Amino acid sequence: MAEDNKTNNSSEEGVDPTRRRFLKNTGIALGGVAGGSLLGGLLVGQSGKKEDSSSKESASEANYTEARMFFTRFEDFVILEQATERIYPEDDNGPGAIGLGVPYFIDKQLAGKWGVNAKDYRQGPFKESEPTADMSSLTRGELFILGLRKIDEESQKRFKETFAKIEAEQKDEILTDFADGNVDMKGIGSNKFFDLLRSATLEGAYSDPMYGGNRNMEGWKMKEFPGSVASYTDMIEEKEFIKMDPISLTDYQQKS
Amino acid sequence: MAEELEKVDAVIVGTGWAGGIAAAELTKAGHKVVALERGKAQSREDFIGAKDELKYSIRYHMMQDLSKDTVTTRSSRKDVARPVRNNSRARMGNDTGGASAHWNGVSFRWMPYDFEIYSKTVEKYGKDKIPKNSRIQDWGITYDEIEPYYDKYEKTTGVSAEENPIGPWRSDEYPNPRMKSTPSIDLFKKAGESLGYHPYHLPSGNMSEQYTNPDGETINACVYCAFCEEHGCDFGAKADPIVTVLETANKTGNFEIRNESTVTEVVHDGSKATGLKYIDNLTGKEYIQPADIVVLAGFVFTNNKLLLKSKIGEPYDPETETGVIGRNFTGHFSNISTYIGARGFFNDKKFNLAMGAGSLGATLDDFSGDNIDHSDLDFLHGYEIRYYHLGKRPIANNDVPEGTPAWGKEYKEKNLFYHNRNILVRAKVAFLPNRYTYLDLDPTYKDELGDPLLRVTVEYQEDDIKRAQHGVDTCEEIVKEMGADIIDRVDVDDNAEFDHMFYTNHFIGGAIMGEDPKTSAVNRYSQMWDMENLFVLGGSSFPHVSSHDPTETIGAFAYLSSEGMIDYLKGDGGLLIEPKEKKEA
Repeated sequence: MAEDNKTNNSSEEGVDPTRRRFLKNTGIALGGVAGGSLLGGLLVGQSGKKEDSSSKESASEANYTEARMFFTRFEDFVILEQATERIYPEDDNGPGAIGLGVPYFIDKQLAGKWGVNAKDYRQGPFKESEPTADMSSLTRGELFILGLRKIDEESQKRFKETFAKIEAEQKDEILTDFADGNVDMKGIGSNKFFDLLRSATLEGAYSDPMYGGNRNMEGWKMKEFPGSVASYTDMIEEKEFIKMDPISLTDYQQKS
Repeated sequence: MAEELEKVDAVIVGTGWAGGIAAAELTKAGHKVVALERGKAQSREDFIGAKDELKYSIRYHMMQDLSKDTVTTRSSRKDVARPVRNNSRARMGNDTGGASAHWNGVSFRWMPYDFEIYSKTVEKYGKDKIPKNSRIQDWGITYDEIEPYYDKYEKTTGVSAEENPIGPWRSDEYPNPRMKSTPSIDLFKKAGESLGYHPYHLPSGNMSEQYTNPDGETINACVYCAFCEEHGCDFGAKADPIVTVLETANKTGNFEIRNESTVTEVVHDGSKATGLKYIDNLTGKEYIQPADIVVLAGFVFTNNKLLLKSKIGEPYDPETETGVIGRNFTGHFSNISTYIGARGFFNDKKFNLAMGAGSLGATLDDFSGDNIDHSDLDFLHGYEIRYYHLGKRPIANNDVPEGTPAWGKEYKEKNLFYHNRNILVRAKVAFLPNRYTYLDLDPTYKDELGDPLLRVTVEYQEDDIKRAQHGVDTCEEIVKEMGADIIDRVDVDDNAEFDHMFYTNHFIGGAIMGEDPKTSAVNRYSQMWDMENLFVLGGSSFPHVSSHDPTETIGAFAYLSSEGMIDYLKGDGGLLIEPKEKKEA
């Protein structure tokens, strides 16, 4: 890449995204603002971050948040892992969907209100001729089960083997047919199911790690997205690209 | 039986900009005001640490719960309308502050041409220039008359801006200097200038410096953290009703917001409104809040639905063209007015695109309103050209050059490479009303209370398509001048139809203002012709949508209307301005 990237690890000279500078910039330090809880929240959240160096260690410790909440069958989850990894594969840039925890992210999302379309209008009649996932009469949870099992069914039909065990090119052939809408599926076109699977994969790669994906913020690092930075006041006019270590909500938000 | 509560001077539906401004002005004048808000209580503490793209931008935490109420839509009056089921198609606001809590802050005035669009068009081009189905009409007010109220809104909200070099006259300067610039904004402005256009910084409701408004409310300086659009502000640095007008109203001691209160009906005796009927969402109990004046300041859908349900005014019929409630529905529709333009990919330039603010960017007005000569064009009005530096959040922004596969190895590679190397220049296009853009009640689908959903019908006309395509051409010209290596048009198809999306929240009309009660529901004070103590505020009162964002115009008319309400409460009743027909008779 041609550009001369400037690095910034929050202690670098010239650029100071610390709370002191930040407070000065917002005018909070001038006593202009309102609520004590606003001030308190920022101070605690930011200072907590600075003093805490344990986040890297804890990432390598045992992780008790990766078990299946939504998927009852291990076989379905394996297909999810394999399909999302083909959509967002591991490469020289860094981990793929599995390495980022995307399958567990999707599992957790499906176990919550997104999986049962809780905020959606769900009254019939459902009459769309080619419904997208949100316009289908089936919930996202139901669509995932149907779609993943259909992927495996195609694999068994074409290659006499489960999806997890076929070659990468064979997986891509099946997923391409899903993406092009060439597979018959209940409740939704296979292309619309693929859209749902693809967008959920990207959400898992790039959402805050507290949701279970974007493990160790590797998705953000690959994308050079710095996460929850309090202030860019002193950086936004910079001509050169500024590379930063990302900040998660775990480090950013107020803690008691 | 609904329990009848103690009467107040004014009862308001909604706590967004329109309701918030009315509440501040009425309570400052000493009137007792109750605002009924369907959503939950919300304060700036709710937004602290809220830099969560998944929760706010992708799962739409701050948007209306559609399981309770939504709209149905169709792109032709011959179709059966279908409900909008998910917030990815409709980002209506909810909770205290309404959509004004999660807005971007873009703060434009509309143009003199907008308010007299019919007369000015006829004067310059003749009647035949107006397309057959078009229903453009004058607003019954001029820019010169609304200008002082624009000024007032800008001072309340601390608009941070530089002057539009070809903009309309102003009685005063902006209260704050423009926002900071960035290399990509500079590149856009330079390209615009070298093509002979007049670019300037977007007028912003994010503060360029800490600001205290004339009501004594302080808004902090924006820190360009980029979690602005679809989010509440982490720092109280975005002008919203919570940090300004609602706070002002609260301080008077004359104001109460009643959250979790879903208004179901305007109670009236046929000539005057007597109050609002509502349900407490938490107990299911029904109440009537009586008041001397009733103010509908909900979103465009809420206002129209309440008028139709309460049987106030005659519903519009597109076949006979009689009736007024529901007519002239317009908006910034996604596939023709907003998410179109040209995207430039740069192989050797990398920008700090994670940084930004909801209304950081630049724009130019050379193609807006009647700033271009339309003699040889087959459309009226025009578009604003905008480069937005919102802050590229990573889930929502995954653009790759056309021809790249949508998934897999190559997709990932380009997704990562171009993330900080692509920019979108967009055309924000005006949409003019026609006979077949209107609102009524759906015959099939119901809300959680069993009442019909509002039905939206939008038929695009040929001139709408041409206007939008012209805009895409100009975007492409600018992106080329900016030196992009790859340029992809985000285009408008010749046969484009309404895409059933209500993504911009810029939706307008249905209870429009004018001078003649045959073609308008309210007068310039947003006072109903048919019911003198009922005021219907907000975008619902505009006869068309301009190329520019509507919020500041909503604010300006809320100030004008509040002045009218105060006069009305002082006086002996009656219309604040007589309809034109009667004056002539």
